Amino acid sequence: MSTFHTEEMTLNMGPQHPSTHGVLRFVVRADGEVMREAVPDVGYLHRSIEKIAEKVGYHGFMPYTDRVDYVCAMFTNQGWGMASERLAGIEVPKRGEYCRVIAAEFNRIASHLISVGTMSMDIGAMTPFTHAIREREMINDLIEELCGARLTFNYMRIGGVAWDLPPGWREKALAYLDHFDPILEEYNSLISFNKIYIERLANVGVVTPQEAINYNLVGPNLRACGIKWDIRKDLPYSVYPEFDFDVPVGSGEWGTLGDSMDRYMVRIREMHESSKILRQALKQIPAGPVLAKVPRNFKPPKGECQVRIESGRGDMGWYVVSDGTGYPWRVHVRTGSFAAMGIIQKLSRGLMIADLVTLIASLDVIAPEIDR
Amino acid sequence: METLVDNLIASGAFGAHPNYAVVAGVVEFVGGAVVFLVVAMPFAGIVSWLERRVWARIQSRVGPNRVGPQGFLQWLADGLKNICKEDLIPAEADAPLFKLAPYLVMLAFILPWSVMPFSSSLILADLNVGVLFFTAITALTVVGVLMAGWASNDKWSLIGGIRSAAQIVSYEIPAGLSIFPVVLMTGTLSMQGIIRAQGWAPQRWFLFANPFTFVAANILFISALAEGNRTPFDLPEAESELVAGFATEYSGMRYLFFFMAEWGNLFLIGALITTMFLGGWQCPHVSDNVVVMNLLELLIFNAKVLTVVFVSMWIRGTLPRVRIDQLMTVCWKYFVPLAFVNMIATALWVAIWPHGNPVTGYLMFAIGLIVLAMFVRRVAHYVRRSRMELYFHPTI
Repeated sequence: MSTFHTEEMTLNMGPQHPSTHGVLRFVVRADGEVMREAVPDVGYLHRSIEKIAEKVGYHGFMPYTDRVDYVCAMFTNQGWGMASERLAGIEVPKRGEYCRVIAAEFNRIASHLISVGTMSMDIGAMTPFTHAIREREMINDLIEELCGARLTFNYMRIGGVAWDLPPGWREKALAYLDHFDPILEEYNSLISFNKIYIERLANVGVVTPQEAINYNLVGPNLRACGIKWDIRKDLPYSVYPEFDFDVPVGSGEWGTLGDSMDRYMVRIREMHESSKILRQALKQIPAGPVLAKVPRNFKPPKGECQVRIESGRGDMGWYVVSDGTGYPWRVHVRTGSFAAMGIIQKLSRGLMIADLVTLIASLDVIAPEIDR
Repeated sequence: METLVDNLIASGAFGAHPNYAVVAGVVEFVGGAVVFLVVAMPFAGIVSWLERRVWARIQSRVGPNRVGPQGFLQWLADGLKNICKEDLIPAEADAPLFKLAPYLVMLAFILPWSVMPFSSSLILADLNVGVLFFTAITALTVVGVLMAGWASNDKWSLIGGIRSAAQIVSYEIPAGLSIFPVVLMTGTLSMQGIIRAQGWAPQRWFLFANPFTFVAANILFISALAEGNRTPFDLPEAESELVAGFATEYSGMRYLFFFMAEWGNLFLIGALITTMFLGGWQCPHVSDNVVVMNLLELLIFNAKVLTVVFVSMWIRGTLPRVRIDQLMTVCWKYFVPLAFVNMIATALWVAIWPHGNPVTGYLMFAIGLIVLAMFVRRVAHYVRRSRMELYFHPTI
C-alpha cells in the first residue's frame, strides 16, 4: 500500500475570530485537524499607551491605565498609583490602602469569572458563561456604586483612592460575598467537574515548571505548574500582609501537572481566596482619610522605580523613570498576557485546532494587555 | 392515503371517471405541499423559538419575548428579516454549488416528513421501508453540508464540512445498528407497523421491551444528536473554533436554511425515537370516533416528540463540546461494538421469546421509573437550593 500523502494547510486564525478574545492573530499550520504550529502575531491592539504617559503627566495618565487591561482595570490603576507614589515618596493612608485592596480583589473575582466563563464558552458550553457574567454583573454594580464606572474604573488616584466607600456599601459587599461562595460550588457542579469538560482540558497544553520559568509565565499560569509564587505573599505590597489567605497551586489531580485544567482550577480557587481576603478587609477596614495630600502639580524627584503587583493575570510590573518634570520620562508596563503569548507557539505543536482555542482561553490572554 | 384517494374518487370531486394516477398525483402533491408549508416549516420555526426560550431560561436570561405572545412569532420575524437580507456569494466561491447546498440540506430535512406517522391515519406515505427511507434521507444532509463547505472556498468552511462528513458517516453506523433490534422484534420496516407492534402503556414500549432495546434507544438518541450537529457534537459549526463552520460564508435566507434544517432535524430526531421506542401515537381506546382518536394520537405523538426535543435542548444548555478525536473514539470504540452486541442479543431474545416477555417489560419500566425518580430528586435538590431572586420571572 502506498503511503498516504498529506499536505499542510496554513490557516489564518484572527484577527477577527470568535475565540481569540479581542484582536489576536494566529498563523496556524495544520495538517487536517492536527496543528503543526500556531504562530501568534501580536500588535493589532497597540495604542501607544506607554508613550501617551510621557505626554499627559502623572495625574492625567490614570484614566489611560484602565485601558491597559480593561478586564481588571483596578490593578493597572493601582500599579500606576504605586509607582508614582514610590517615586515621590508618598504614604497612602491606611483606609485608602484598604479601599484599594477591596476594589482590586472584587475586580480579581470579576476578571477570573470572565476568564473561566469565556473558557467554558470556547469549549462549547454556553450556560456557564452567562452564569459567570451574571455574577460579574453584581460585582460591577458594587463597583459602580464605588466609582461610577463599570469597566474602566479610574477609581484610584496617586496617594489613595478617589472616593471613600459609600454608606451601606460594606453591608452590600458582605451580602454579595455570602451569596458568591455557594455560587462557586454551583458553578463547579455545572461545569468544572463535567466529564466532557475535564476530558477536553486535562493533559492539554502541559507546561512543566521549568518551562513556565523559562517562558516567564506569571500569575495563575505559573501557579498552575505547581510553583507557589504570588506577589501578594512573596513581595508583599499594600496591606496584603495583614490578611490570611492561601495561594492555590496546580496539583495535576485531573491529568498532568500544569495542564489547562490546572490553570482553570487555580482560577476557581483564587476566587475563593479573594473572597476570604475581602471578608477580612471589609471587617478590618480602619477609619480615616482615603487620599493623601498630593500636589496638583505633581513633580516627583529624578529617579526610577519598578513596582510589581499581582494582577488578575499575574505579576504586572510598572517601570517608571522620572526626570524631575511633571511628565514621566519613560513608562513601561510588563504584563502577564504578553509572556503567555510567547509560550503558545511551543505548546501548540501537535495539538488539535480545537485545543488551540482551549489553550488560548486557559492562558487567559487579554488582547489589550498584550499590546498596550 | 389510498383510502383518501378512493374516497375522493367515490365522492365525485374529480368528475365521474377520473384517472386514478392523476387524482393520486394531485392528492400527493397537495398533501406534500400542506405537510411542507403547514407542518414542516412552522415546526422548524417553532422549535427554534422553543429552543431559544428554553435555552434562555437555563442561562437565566429572558430570550425572545417581544413578537407575539411570549415571543411566539419570533421565528416569523426572523424569517422575514433573513429574506430581506442581501444574498451574498463570495467572489471566489463555486457559485452553482454554493447556491445548491442549502436546498439539499432542506431536502434532507423535508423528505422524511412524508413518512412521519402523526397518527394512525395521518401519514403521507406508509412505506414498507419507512425507517430505512427515513435514515437514508436524513443522511443526505452530509452531501449538502460537504458541498457548502467545499463551495465556500474558505478553509474554515472546509474543515467544518469535512468534520461533518466524518461525523455523520460514522454515527450513521451505530444509529442504523440500533434500529435493527426493533426491526428484529417487529419484522417490519414500516413506521406504522413498528408503532402498531407497541402498546400505549409504557411497559409495552420497545424502550422497555428488554435491556438491549433500552441501550439501543440511548445509542440511537446520542447518535441522532451527533447526526443533527447538536451539542455536545456540534463540531461542524463549532462557533468558537471554526467561526460558523460550513455556514461561515452564507448569509440571509441561505444561512437560515441550514439552521431551519437543524431545528427541523431536532423534531425528526424526536419523531424517530418516539416511533421506534416510545410507542409512537399509541393511545388508550377512549372513543369510537375516528376523528377524536386521531386528534388524540396526534397530541400524544407530538407531546412525546417535544419531550425528546426538550431533553436535547436541555443537553445543549448544559454540556460542552467534545473534540473530534473524542467524538470518533466514542463512536468507533464504544457505540459500534455495543450496537452489534445489542443486535445479536436481541436476536437471541427474540429467538427465545418470539412474542416478547411481559415480565421484563414491567421490570424494565420499574427500573426506568426509579432512574427517573432519582434524576428528579437531584434536579429538585438544585431547584430548592437555587435562590429565586437570581432568576427572572418565567413569563417575562
